Amino acid sequence: MKLNVIQEELDTHFDVKVKVDSKKWFYTNIVKDHFFNPRNLLKEDNEAKKYEKNCDGVGQVGSASCGDSMKFWLMINKEEDKILEAKWQTFGCASAIASTSMLSVMLTENAGMKIEVALKLRPQDIVARLLDLPERKFHCSVLGDKALREALNDYFRKSGQYDRVKVEGAKVIDMILKITDKDIEEAVLEGAHTFEAVQKKTKVGVHDKSCIPEVEQLIRFYKEKYFG
Amino acid sequence: MKEIYLDNAATTYCRDEVIEAMIPYFKINFGNPGSFNTVGLRAKESLDEARNKVASLINADPFEIIFTAGGTESINLAILGVAKAKKGKHIITSKIEHHAVLHTCEALEKEGYEITYLDVNQYGQVELETLKQSIREDTILVSIMFANNEIGSINHIKDLTEICKERKVAFHTDACQAGGSIKIDVKDLGVNLLTLNGSKIYGPKQTGILYVKRGTPIKPLIHGGGQERNLRSGTENIPGIIGFTKALELSYEELEQENKRLTELRDYLIEEAIKKVPKTFLNGHPTERLPNNVNLTFLDIEGEALLLFLNEYGICASSGSACTSQTLDPSHVIISIGLPYEAAHGSIRFTLGKTTTKEDIDKLLEILPNAVKRLREISPICLTVEQVLENRK
Repeated sequence: MKLNVIQEELDTHFDVKVKVDSKKWFYTNIVKDHFFNPRNLLKEDNEAKKYEKNCDGVGQVGSASCGDSMKFWLMINKEEDKILEAKWQTFGCASAIASTSMLSVMLTENAGMKIEVALKLRPQDIVARLLDLPERKFHCSVLGDKALREALNDYFRKSGQYDRVKVEGAKVIDMILKITDKDIEEAVLEGAHTFEAVQKKTKVGVHDKSCIPEVEQLIRFYKEKYFG
Repeated sequence: MKEIYLDNAATTYCRDEVIEAMIPYFKINFGNPGSFNTVGLRAKESLDEARNKVASLINADPFEIIFTAGGTESINLAILGVAKAKKGKHIITSKIEHHAVLHTCEALEKEGYEITYLDVNQYGQVELETLKQSIREDTILVSIMFANNEIGSINHIKDLTEICKERKVAFHTDACQAGGSIKIDVKDLGVNLLTLNGSKIYGPKQTGILYVKRGTPIKPLIHGGGQERNLRSGTENIPGIIGFTKALELSYEELEQENKRLTELRDYLIEEAIKKVPKTFLNGHPTERLPNNVNLTFLDIEGEALLLFLNEYGICASSGSACTSQTLDPSHVIISIGLPYEAAHGSIRFTLGKTTTKEDIDKLLEILPNAVKRLREISPICLTVEQVLENRK
């Protein structure tokens, strides 16, 4: 139903209807559908400001300078510890927009997702629902679950459930160049799947050779996590 | 739905006259110009004719024209070939060159050469003073592009070569983008080396030339039968050479009229897009730019998303966004003119061509404001033009 509303609004902006069946497309049809007809979108600043006042948690990750930025607003069913509504805005490429839209659907379908389930969502769960994304686009969808985590942390803090707040900190691996596990994660997500490739991207282990075994372990871990 | 192709800086189609000129050289006049028989001689004659023609078009000697397999090869030959032939270890180029130049220079850096990457002004042009100050005793080559492929800004090549002449440094210019719209006169420009590319001037792909001024020290990269003054071995691609020559000839014949038409369309698009789409600005020089290049930044949105939106309406453009590049890095050109990353992510290039009509531009202007509006509604970012342009040089 929501889709129809957005489609109608879309039609008022456009003289031509968005067709979701044309063949020449860089992504799957589901990605395309979510890109052109985003679900659960919080449009325009006024609407967002109003919603933000009433919602239970807000989270934002990324920045325009790095090419992707996502914001999530959540309404929580406190009795059942479930997500009631998930609204969002995204600055980014088509796959970033579509994956955030898909995540919002996954969170709210079937009367809402349990928070403990939502906390376990992995990027590849979103990608699976989109049917596929090019590997190099993978990092976009990863941001979606990070923004969700931020929004849930915000809800936990606001509702006094401090024990549930979980902040993903970065740990310094290469002591000389101050390279963290997050940097390694980023490199793996951008397609560096061997130590040589990660080193080329990050210079990790060039000076601090003692970190190499740990870096290799991290590469295996993130490869398994995101591409396994 | 009509396809509106606004990516002519990427490549142009091959025009009919060019294809027709090429056809006899596949089957009828197919010989190897190196063969000592009538079939070979026939091919040799055609090759010589083409070389004479290209030479006369750009005011060079036929001896100075080296046919290659395109812009990238010519650039590699110019930079690596001169580096091999000379003693010094210092090369100067600019920060906004095409990757064919930048990556070739980086390869030399790994071999121990020192490369100076010159800053450009806010329009993407190399300032004379910047070049003057960077030339050293051991500088062997300066390579600065004629016109930029992304933002269309045109460099003052004649003034730059003056400086190099005084200091006796060889000068190469990558004129791939300028090729179809600026008439080249190598003597007047004062260049030692100049690259032209067929696939940007309605000619066949994998064709081009390197102009090498008589007396310029240069060594080959490809060894073999000694063709092209021993600078580029391999049996000559006669159909390609004929096609390139025809394309260059035609583009010069039509240059004045076509430039006038394209400039009008270009300025119309720039003016109307900025008027119709809030928070939009032009990248590159407003007047010293290629007649077919429009490069705009739309704040708060990401270029790839806008490209896909436009593509859905049959409009083919290109973007400086990281998402559309193989390396996931945003355009080095937009960053080099002093704009922040967010401005590079939201930059879109429209490059007009022979088939572009006023109706095409009007269609684009009809879709563009709505597409940007849609994506801005999705976006949580809200920048201002002042904020973004604050650090522009």
